[in-house]
Amino acid sequence: MARVLINLPAEAKRGEIIEIKTLIAHPMETGYRLGPTGVTIPRDIINRFVCTYNGEEVFRAELFPAIAANPFIAFFTVATESGEIAFSWTDDHGETQTEVRQITVE
Amino acid sequence: MRVLVVAVIAAATAAAAAGEIAPADRRSGYDFAGPETRAMQDDDTANPGMLGVLQGETLWTAKTGAAERSCADCHGDPRTSMTGVAVRYPVFEPRLARPLDLEGRINRCRTEHQDAEPLAAESEDLLALTAFVAYQSRGLPIVVQGNAELQPFLDLGNELFHRRQGQLNLSCSQCHDDNWGKRLAGAVIPQAHPTAYPVYRLEWQSLGSLQRRLRNCMIGVRAEPYEYGAPEAIALELYLMVRARGMLIETPGVRP
Repeated sequence: MARVLINLPAEAKRGEIIEIKTLIAHPMETGYRLGPTGVTIPRDIINRFVCTYNGEEVFRAELFPAIAANPFIAFFTVATESGEIAFSWTDDHGETQTEVRQITVE
Repeated sequence: MRVLVVAVIAAATAAAAAGEIAPADRRSGYDFAGPETRAMQDDDTANPGMLGVLQGETLWTAKTGAAERSCADCHGDPRTSMTGVAVRYPVFEPRLARPLDLEGRINRCRTEHQDAEPLAAESEDLLALTAFVAYQSRGLPIVVQGNAELQPFLDLGNELFHRRQGQLNLSCSQCHDDNWGKRLAGAVIPQAHPTAYPVYRLEWQSLGSLQRRLRNCMIGVRAEPYEYGAPEAIALELYLMVRARGMLIETPGVRP
């Protein structure tokens, strides 16, 4: 399990624009670098990030090899109702890591 | 005669100005970083060094080695036991008759008390544990002091800091005491205060130790870099910490 830091307000007013910041530990190996023996280090990046708000997709990003290690993604959404905000990162091995945070909207 | 005296005083003042940085003029590398880099360090959820601290927290309670003992089994709550530790290192270890830096202490703890293999220099786990321990001292002033036992090592560090080396024939002091704030190609020369180690360096895309940073500088002046854990490297670390005495720990720092 990669280490993840997620920052979003625990509470918000209905209709308020909230900022969500995410950081995940990942080497983001480009696939263009050579290892110590001269062999290419295989590409290993997170290629997809999705954020859903109570099941509805509110933000999605496709990532490419020029993105630095430990990608930091920040974005905004509108606080509509209380519930779950889920974040998932998918890497080149097809593995997906999902984290869920709660938000209370008044 | 008076002219001569004035000239001597002027020369002495110039030498002092070029020699050491006055305490009031000391500035952390943070102050030389760009606003984006500073913002990254200030926000714990944007600071990638915090990923290392998080990992260190996990390692703290993990039982390791033949002794099946975790750091927490001896040291308990790091928020109390590890506060104010990083500000004292490197310390003199009587049984080795030489100083140990924080990484060295963690590895010594592993071999002595956990019956575990020492972690490799610059390995993710060692950096994470070091960052986690140093993080407990964030905001505290560095208190490393020379004493009779440390004095020979401190003298060595002082001498190395001022010794010209490499094909470029430069000493640390020529950049970091005499020309800080000016530019070396595109980069601003900082004062070389080790206040934020291990730092997350954007160029490295990972955490790195003070020794890695020192090796980087040495490669820069085209000198042979010290091996990790070499007595010279520890002596330099010691000298730099004493030189930065009173400055606040920022671990995990973010640097360009």
